[in-house]
Amino acid sequence: MTVPSNQDLIDFVVREARLIDQHRFEEWLDLFAEDGIYWMPLEWGQTDPRLTTSLMYEDKLLLKIRVERLKGARTFSQKPKSRCHHVLQVPQVDQRDDATGTYVLWTPMHYVETRLDEQKLYAAWATHTLAWADGALRIKMKRVDIVNCDAAFGNIQLFM
Amino acid sequence: MDTYRNNIDAVRALVRDAEVHRDVYIDDEIFQLEMEHLFRNTWVYVGHDSQVPNAGDYFGTSIGTQPVLMVRHSDGQVYVLHNRCPHKGTRITTETCGNTGKMFRCPYHAWSFRTDGSLLGVPLRKGYEHAGFDTSVAKQGLSQVKHVRNYRGFVFAKISDHGPDFEEFFGGSLSSIDNMVDRSPVGRLEVAGGVLRYMHNCNWKMLVENQTDTCHPMVAHESSAGTTVEVWKTAPPGTPKPMAVEIYAPFMSPYEFYEGMGIRVWPNGHGHTGVTKSIHSDYSSVPGYTEMMEKAYGAERAHAILNENRHNTVYFPNVMMKGPIQLLRVFKPLAADRTLVESWTFRLVEAPDMLLQRTVMYNRLINAPTSIVGHDDLEMYERAQEGLHVDGNQWVNLQRLYVPGEEQGDEAVTNGTSEWQMRNQFRAWNKFMTLSM
Ligand code: FES
Ligand SMILES: [Fe+2]
Repeated sequence: MTVPSNQDLIDFVVREARLIDQHRFEEWLDLFAEDGIYWMPLEWGQTDPRLTTSLMYEDKLLLKIRVERLKGARTFSQKPKSRCHHVLQVPQVDQRDDATGTYVLWTPMHYVETRLDEQKLYAAWATHTLAWADGALRIKMKRVDIVNCDAAFGNIQLFM
Repeated sequence: MDTYRNNIDAVRALVRDAEVHRDVYIDDEIFQLEMEHLFRNTWVYVGHDSQVPNAGDYFGTSIGTQPVLMVRHSDGQVYVLHNRCPHKGTRITTETCGNTGKMFRCPYHAWSFRTDGSLLGVPLRKGYEHAGFDTSVAKQGLSQVKHVRNYRGFVFAKISDHGPDFEEFFGGSLSSIDNMVDRSPVGRLEVAGGVLRYMHNCNWKMLVENQTDTCHPMVAHESSAGTTVEVWKTAPPGTPKPMAVEIYAPFMSPYEFYEGMGIRVWPNGHGHTGVTKSIHSDYSSVPGYTEMMEKAYGAERAHAILNENRHNTVYFPNVMMKGPIQLLRVFKPLAADRTLVESWTFRLVEAPDMLLQRTVMYNRLINAPTSIVGHDDLEMYERAQEGLHVDGNQWVNLQRLYVPGEEQGDEAVTNGTSEWQMRNQFRAWNKFMTLSM
């Protein structure tokens, strides 16, 4: 097994955001492990995704449905399409376990989503749990904690 | 300019047998009158008593646009108080919920109040000796909302003295609350799972109407539910159907399905879809649950409870309840073109956790600001909110399956794609808007 350097891990997280901003959603989905999860908690410091609801808690099937839906001819909430923009702080490698090939990174970020004349700014922290699988780094869990996670939002249609 | 204030005929003329004028959705004066009349003359949902289990527990919310506190007093009763200090108007609490102990203490000048609202103390009381304080409104403390009713844990309140009492107002529609509560083997619910709050730039009534709009899912949700069906087709044969697919896919049911599921309307604007079956009928069973229910109620009664699969029950004016999912949505009016949607979920006390897990998943997939189904709907509401400003045609059409004579307003069961329940709501709207004009 190859041992990724800290810079490899950082590059991975930076590229992940870039794929979203460039609407390269299929490539983005490929970054997830088969059992990977995208989690956006509803509550501050939430620990349980099962009996407490979340904004998103999606496996690859649900993420794929989202990606397919974004392309749909009758996806009216995407006519016109939303666009988005990430500004990341330098990702920090919080944990490295080379023996099992598991790595955790923490990345403060600002995220802008826009559609028509509206532009919304969100501040969040992304926690990536990455694992080495099938000869590549994959996302086991991407957790996005929005700083005002419990506020009343309008539509958030893309991916932070 | 007052078009509608002090003009009861103009208000009445907004609702026809099967059409409504667009001003009910877009006019600021009508919105103001709704707050002054409709939301005071009707029984409005405040909260669930499991949110305030102990003496001193409070929960802050609103009736229309009026801030109120639901609080558990030392006598065990739940009171609803106007959230405003009688001294200078300061909001007593700004946290959504908490425990205040034996009293509320205003943070500005420390006037204090018992948890039933009555005045407990005022610092430097001597200064009021010759001021006529004893006969002032302030002396009464935090004013209570007079009409409060806790029905099987669901707390409703009516601000004005006008309008029918609780039983008359809700009538047979209480059977939907009964069914949801009865689904617990011990007949008890608890608020659980967190509340989703979703801001909508549209009129609150668009959301209420949508709850019994059965001609939109296969169209507006083709993007989300339809895509789910397509993606699921590509799963390898034999893959067990995930809970999420069980939740999304039935939205794509054909018109015939919705026609057959039926709609029931009750007097005073209440009604529900899913008389014979619903999109919630075919969920996988939860291990052990049926047995628990049979043990608690006996087989026959247990099956009667579980075979009721009401889809959406509208409690006029602004609540929707899903019994089989244990979910309640409140459409809180903020302005003519702004509505806060709160989606609450409940635990069936002593039922398996798996049920709460499904409830919580349903809420996330359907009612979150990140929900693709939510995106489909909100897009339609916002387009309507804009489109209604077109002056060329100022009427919204609600004629589908109109039945001559339905204005009588009695309980009735009808075709599941009828717009009768929407008409029913507007007749109630007219009644409770003009009751106190
Ligand atoms: S405003 Fe509340 S005590 Fe003065
Ligand atoms: Fe819908």
